[in-house]
Amino acid sequence: MREVILPGSIEELWRCLDDKPQASVYAGGTDLLVKMYNGLFDPEALICLDRIEELKEVGEQGGSIRIGACATHSGLLEDPLVRKRLPALWKAIGGIGSPPVRNMGTIGGNICTASPAGDTLPPLYAMKAEVELLSREGSRRVPIPEFITGPGATCLKRAEILSAVWVKKPEGYNLHHFEKVGLRSALACSVVSMAALLRLRPEGIVEKAALAWGSVAPTVFRCPEAEEALAGKPLCAESLSKAAELVRDGVSPISDLRADADYRRAVAGNLLLRLVDIADEGKGR
Amino acid sequence: MKISFYLNGKDTCVDVPADRKLVSVLREDLELTGTKEGCGAGECGACTILVDGHVRLSCLMTAAQAQGRRITTIEGLAENGKVHPVQEAFIENGAVQCGFCTPGMVLAAVDLLDRNPDPTREQIREGLSGNLCRCSGYVKIVDAVEAAAGKIGRGKSR
Ligand SMILES: Cc1cc2nc3c(=O)[nH]c(=O)nc-3n(C[C@H](O)[C@H](O)[C@H](O)COP(=O)(O)OP(=O)(O)OC[C@H]3O[C@@H](n4cnc5c(N)ncnc54)[C@H](O)[C@@H]3O)c2cc1C
Ligand code: FES
Ligand code: FES
Repeated sequence: MREVILPGSIEELWRCLDDKPQASVYAGGTDLLVKMYNGLFDPEALICLDRIEELKEVGEQGGSIRIGACATHSGLLEDPLVRKRLPALWKAIGGIGSPPVRNMGTIGGNICTASPAGDTLPPLYAMKAEVELLSREGSRRVPIPEFITGPGATCLKRAEILSAVWVKKPEGYNLHHFEKVGLRSALACSVVSMAALLRLRPEGIVEKAALAWGSVAPTVFRCPEAEEALAGKPLCAESLSKAAELVRDGVSPISDLRADADYRRAVAGNLLLRLVDIADEGKGR
Repeated sequence: MKISFYLNGKDTCVDVPADRKLVSVLREDLELTGTKEGCGAGECGACTILVDGHVRLSCLMTAAQAQGRRITTIEGLAENGKVHPVQEAFIENGAVQCGFCTPGMVLAAVDLLDRNPDPTREQIREGLSGNLCRCSGYVKIVDAVEAAAGKIGRGKSR
């Protein structure tokens, strides 16, 4: 029988990890338990982080928002800081799985799973988020692109957990967008997703763009070439088409049961074209 | 491992492997077979239960996670021999065909109406979007939840 330990505090967690250094930690279990109960993963023992309230807190510090790793998606959807200050992340979280999956799944679990289709990742990359990693020895902060080293791989060390994610409030952006294309609207893994933050001048010129895509490369895809191509240009079909070409050139999608690579490449560019309508509708502001 | 929790209004204690799927504890050890296991992977909602009043999937919980929690399964909704208004509305609206999805649908609807007593049809569809039904086409299920919202509202204003 495999032990399952439920520490109630971070102090207690370190003691559990001393006792069971081989144990796997989990939070909502919506990734880990799917694998374990279907025979794809066989941990020696489990440590569930679900009861550690300290890991669920959301707060503001200086110009940044600190989101506890074990905050559930449902909790974050109801959090006014996340909704008002981080609208692109808020939209991404609202599209994850289904209500019960959002009640159980956590932002930390989404980050540590490091899936190319993880929906919180494109907005976190676009906002240059940093993860806070905690061990008995202390904490360290790592930019998210360095934390995620490949599909399903992170630089998390043994006896270290993800304690929080830090996001600078994206000041100055007035369009915050996230869109996910899946096979259906609920319970669907992303086929392609895109987070876009734009600073638009009143006359419609793009001053600055931060863009990130999911499911089109081994990890989240950024495209500085497209961001530069848009800067200083009006937000219109012509400038976006040019940027979209750069995106399609840059992505390295795979074919799988949900979509083939050519489709993903085409859609990655097309999602950018949609920004004209998004800006017109005044949505995402 | 001995695990104690409050199940359908009663203190309950089971001695089961800590990593056993909670849905198996409910169905096999406690013989509460109202909770179903469909996909075993979080996709179908047949195993939906309420944990401290909120929907959870019992196919993605270890038995240990039940420790100290208040758990409601479909068997625990009726009070004093009278079915819950959501159950009543499902019966009256013909929202049940084979019935496999029904316990999960009903519990998801109870949670939804707790948070939002007067949902639009769109909000009902969104609230039940974690529960798949292979029989009904969903229309009568949404009708039933709308009707249940009315019943509960009238009950409160009385
Ligand atoms: C039906 C279904 C639909 C889904 N739909 C989506 C979707 O639309 N979009 C999407 O992005 N994802 C989706 N997922 C995947 C999953 O729900 C999310 O990735 C979720 O955020 C994972 O969080 P969790 O807490 O459940 O992770 P867990 O399963 O608890 O953990 C996942 C991994 O992260 C590690 N881990 C978790 N927390 C920590 C921590 N604090 N420190 C160190 N390591 C940690 C675990 O060891 C494990 O390896 C879906 C899953 C299911 C079952
Ligand atoms: S059996 Fe749990 S979601 Fe399908
Ligand atoms: S009634 Fe048969 S699955 Fe819903």
